[in-house]
Amino acid sequence: MSALHEEGLVQLHRLLVDREVSAAEVLDDQLAAIERREPEVHAYLRLTDELARAQAAEADRRLAAGDGVGALTGIPVALKDVLCVAGVETTAGSKILRGYRPPTDATVVRRLREAGAVFLGMTNCDEFAMGSSTENSSYGPTRNPVDARRVPGGSSGGSAAAVGAGEAVVSLGTDTGGSIRQPAALCGVVGVKPTYGRVSRFGLIAFASSLDQVGPFARSVADAAHVLQAISGLDPRDATSADRPADLLGELEGGVEGMRLGVPREYFEIEGMETGVRVAVEQALAALERAGAELVEVSLPHTDYGLAAYYIIAPAEASSNLARFDSVRYGMRDESATNLLETYLRTRRHGFGPEVRRRVMLGTYALSAGYYDAYYLKAQKVRTLIAQDFTAAFEHCDAIVSATSPCVAFPLGAKTEDPLQMYLNDVLTLPASLAGLPGVSLPCGSSWNLPVGLQVLAPQWEDARALRVARAFEALQVSQPQPSGEGSR
Amino acid sequence: MLARLGLEAEEEDYYAQQLSGILEHIGRLGELDTDSIKPTAQAVPLEARLRQDQPEPGLTQEQALANAPERRSGFFVVKAIQDPEP
Repeated sequence: MSALHEEGLVQLHRLLVDREVSAAEVLDDQLAAIERREPEVHAYLRLTDELARAQAAEADRRLAAGDGVGALTGIPVALKDVLCVAGVETTAGSKILRGYRPPTDATVVRRLREAGAVFLGMTNCDEFAMGSSTENSSYGPTRNPVDARRVPGGSSGGSAAAVGAGEAVVSLGTDTGGSIRQPAALCGVVGVKPTYGRVSRFGLIAFASSLDQVGPFARSVADAAHVLQAISGLDPRDATSADRPADLLGELEGGVEGMRLGVPREYFEIEGMETGVRVAVEQALAALERAGAELVEVSLPHTDYGLAAYYIIAPAEASSNLARFDSVRYGMRDESATNLLETYLRTRRHGFGPEVRRRVMLGTYALSAGYYDAYYLKAQKVRTLIAQDFTAAFEHCDAIVSATSPCVAFPLGAKTEDPLQMYLNDVLTLPASLAGLPGVSLPCGSSWNLPVGLQVLAPQWEDARALRVARAFEALQVSQPQPSGEGSR
Repeated sequence: MLARLGLEAEEEDYYAQQLSGILEHIGRLGELDTDSIKPTAQAVPLEARLRQDQPEPGLTQEQALANAPERRSGFFVVKAIQDPEP
């Protein structure tokens, strides 16, 4: 039983229910694995081992009684540091929230707690989830578990790296423009961004409210589907959460035979697309075709404008959301000021890092009188065009398949001085976010021995279909292993 | 100033240079004719949901104040709006 932490949720659940292992044993093995890998990876900002031990004991009571046991009972979970956990320091990777202890759980956290999950700790992320490499964290970068000289992607880099390194069985992240899918791709794990509205954001520290969604990381599609099932559903405390119950597991093994998979031409010609990534994705498409899917060429003509629209809409919403950090009700306060205005200025100057400041400036500018029509309104119109592209494409296909990121994991520091180069990492994930679509990223081979991610997009509310295509591809991978493997797992 | 970021003079050039590069990229939106296009307010169609107008439990005063940098007698305390007279 030395490698419990390498098991998936589904396998652990079986072992727990059969009483082959206890939740306490699973946790001990998991904490030992964290101790071994964490000095290199730095996936966590803080561990919650005391809470975890209490939760594992409670899970063992439930398992012994056979009462209130679900797929998540006794499963070790890591949480991105933007999801409020009652009484546990939650900082959004920012200095400005150092020491903040939320009074209540986020709804997704409460749902996992009620399901009997065991909380390992809070994972590192780009400050306020703004970034694509986790280098914007105020608490130091996370390293890619496959190659520690490289970034794990971001902004949910800690959650992706934790799962990739065997430092958690599953984890939660958030995706605003690709912050689950891109790090999943770079770390070689599965990541799911649900349809906008599938999952409540109550208790999520907000970045861009018309885009933010919470979703899972896992080492298999089925594990991710179980977590998403547990956190989904209507929440009266988030008016954008929808009453659209779905069975995300029933269709999982349905396969792709007879399905039409759309291949967007523009996604293969995008700036910065690496040859090795394109080759790996083309091989994946060929495998899906051999499994009975029909490949259909589709066009998403406004792809090139997605980045520009996103970098108006998201910063505009962020500048508004981050106005609440005024050092009055919570968060750090710079005590050197002698009046209120100086307090705001000095606190925000020292509390926010450079990327947050850039985006607040950009957003404030885009919303300011005289520029609103030229920037914000224009971007929201282009957003309509991007959504219409997808609607038209889905008339010809059931799901869309592409690369998740145009590049593999890059070295730390490679893109920190050029924000636009950093933003280009998300060029294949942003359009689906703007359109509110569900998307899955899963491993599809490697380039330079680094993981490549395959992105599966589906129409709104068809999360189960995206998972089904992903699962079908995953099943092909297991039966035909890639010669180069996918790193150190 | 509007965003209360407390930008120092020596930082202005650094950010101005980076932001002008980003704004140049954003400028490509001008290539698209969007006169007849409606803006997206919500990507996913939503219905307004109303709840019964009944009070529900919220935070206690103690919980609401627990994270405040400074508080007194159940209030949040801030610095004076104007500097004190010398």
